[in-house]
Amino acid sequence: MPSFQRAARDALANTQQRRNLAHATATIRAKRERVVGEVDRWEDLRVAGAEAKDEALHHLPDYLEQLEANLTARGATVHWARDADEANAIVLGLIRDKGADEVVKVKSMLTQEIELNERLEEAGIHAWETDLAELIVQLGHDRPSHILVPAIHRNRAEIREIFLREMGSVGRPAPKDLTDEPAKLAEAARLHLREKFLRAKVAISGANFAVADTGTLVVVESEGNGRMCLTLPETLISLVGVEKVLPTFADLGPMLQLLPRSSTGERMNPYTSMWTGVTPGDGPQEVHVVLVDNGRSRVLADEVGRQALRCIRCSACLNVCPVYERAGGHAYGSVYPGPIGAVLNPLLRGTGSEVDKSLPYASSLCGACFEACPVRIDIPQLLVHMRTQVVDEASGRSPEALGMKAAAWTFADHRRLETAQRASSLSGRLLGNRTVRSVPGLGAWTQARDVPTPPKETFRQWWRRTHEDES
Amino acid sequence: MSAREEILARLRAATRDVTTQQGARGELAVTAASAESPARTLELFVHNVADYRARVERCSPGDVATSIAAALVRGGAHRVVVPDGLDASWIAPLRDSGIRLVPDRADDGRPLSSAELDEVDAVVTAARVGIATTGTIVLDHDTDQGRRVLSLVPDQHVCVIRADRVVHDVPDAVSLLDPLRPLTWISGPSATSDIELDRVEGVHGPRILDVIVIEP
Repeated sequence: MPSFQRAARDALANTQQRRNLAHATATIRAKRERVVGEVDRWEDLRVAGAEAKDEALHHLPDYLEQLEANLTARGATVHWARDADEANAIVLGLIRDKGADEVVKVKSMLTQEIELNERLEEAGIHAWETDLAELIVQLGHDRPSHILVPAIHRNRAEIREIFLREMGSVGRPAPKDLTDEPAKLAEAARLHLREKFLRAKVAISGANFAVADTGTLVVVESEGNGRMCLTLPETLISLVGVEKVLPTFADLGPMLQLLPRSSTGERMNPYTSMWTGVTPGDGPQEVHVVLVDNGRSRVLADEVGRQALRCIRCSACLNVCPVYERAGGHAYGSVYPGPIGAVLNPLLRGTGSEVDKSLPYASSLCGACFEACPVRIDIPQLLVHMRTQVVDEASGRSPEALGMKAAAWTFADHRRLETAQRASSLSGRLLGNRTVRSVPGLGAWTQARDVPTPPKETFRQWWRRTHEDES
Repeated sequence: MSAREEILARLRAATRDVTTQQGARGELAVTAASAESPARTLELFVHNVADYRARVERCSPGDVATSIAAALVRGGAHRVVVPDGLDASWIAPLRDSGIRLVPDRADDGRPLSSAELDEVDAVVTAARVGIATTGTIVLDHDTDQGRRVLSLVPDQHVCVIRADRVVHDVPDAVSLLDPLRPLTWISGPSATSDIELDRVEGVHGPRILDVIVIEP
């Protein structure tokens, strides 16, 4: 993946995407504000949510053991996976044991993170995404661009075209007279997917929460595809990141108030399913839970960074972020886009790659993401924390480190500062009203932003000129 | 070392700096909105359920059967599945109305298959709890509510709830529910906003939701 700044430059030129995103984020933002405003003690709720997640994270090994014991006692089989390869191998083995060559899936960010669909396809197993947006993304051979509305970069005409072109090759074709009305498109998806639901033997899910003191898993959704996957097939495999644990069932009280209002701007999402192991005579009679680390223990070891594991994937931070609104989700080079992605990805994967080095800079540090976060993750603090790490790893030779050293020298003495400012105002007089698109030596910095033209006069010069009498 | 042992060891090493004891946060802070009165809670419930484009009707105990029949006729349902434990008086009059009642049992006594359920138009169930602030009904799939698939595959769901089962806020409901039962929280009919954020009712779950509230 190219750095965020390089990818964002292309995304910024996509006017259709920018229009879709501006509309989507503004709409969800307004809905969220309205329903959050209905709650008198929203701040108390945020604190309760953060405390529940912190309690679980600070004592994670104990709560995971408790979760495992309760799941096992209720007839589920628990597996552990150190990384993506191990998780994928476990799932593949379970599907082969059942003799299945296809699975239905309810949207799961963890399975995207470990690229489960790709591994299953390589092994000759078809994995059908059943969330409408995920279906659009899958049939379009595309990548999701938003946590909550993954196909937000597509409009109805594109979706109609994808359905007409692709549905027939993987199952029931779209009706020939399909229009681009959202209700008709949803109907086409309903019919296409129903035959897959009714014949599926194995389903794969994630979980929004996993409750330690009961062994209960929770999936929150709107369309009913989740319920289909969780109840129709004989075998259910749920992949759960170790950070999804909640200490007690009562913790769902605050969480189920925080999540829907923050994510879709609804008082409650249409469907929430909870199940604890196997229920005789109802739903899948074989239930597997795969607990996945894949970098989470590394995030937990970072005393500042670990609060990122509180994230409940609501996407409120995306919808308020001025950078996300313009650049879109693909520029972040990962399944976790937006402000939370800008910190979570480098925390999970380290800052070795171009994209992970650049992500902590994909922000204006305006702080809106922290205000919106229902579990009070201080994302701006984490962005600065990760920037420090990136700069430290460049061992003081990066242009930014050198620039900061020079700035420190200049700011330390007022005469040096005045000299620098005079030089800057001189360049302002020379440039006039032209826009500065690139500065020699600041290539990376100016890649994704224009430089403001320096003022023709410094504040100190202006003060002396206008307040001469007083001095 | 097994994956389990290794992950737990990594997580223990990662939390070495933590000095608090497990469970030291104490009691969960109360985050529920409080009710002015049971009547106000019920008003709010009815308002919020309707706001989700479900059809809500309030009726007296004597009128439940009539309300159920009216809802099914409005939805155009001909074949209706009912869980074994549903109050028989609610559905007895349906037998004369031309609507065919289907028990959740095939001729040989096994539960209906998903494909058989797909041939059914509607389902009638009771509910365990209603939540006023969010307009939610919660099923715990006791015998009067049936297996989870019953309220999922047919296109219309008629759900009957007693007024005294409606609580004010989400934590009140959580404290009443049994976590060892499967639980389905329903707020309005199935919906999606995935295409240009236009809300469309019904993708996979029932496209029509009727909620009938029995008032004493």
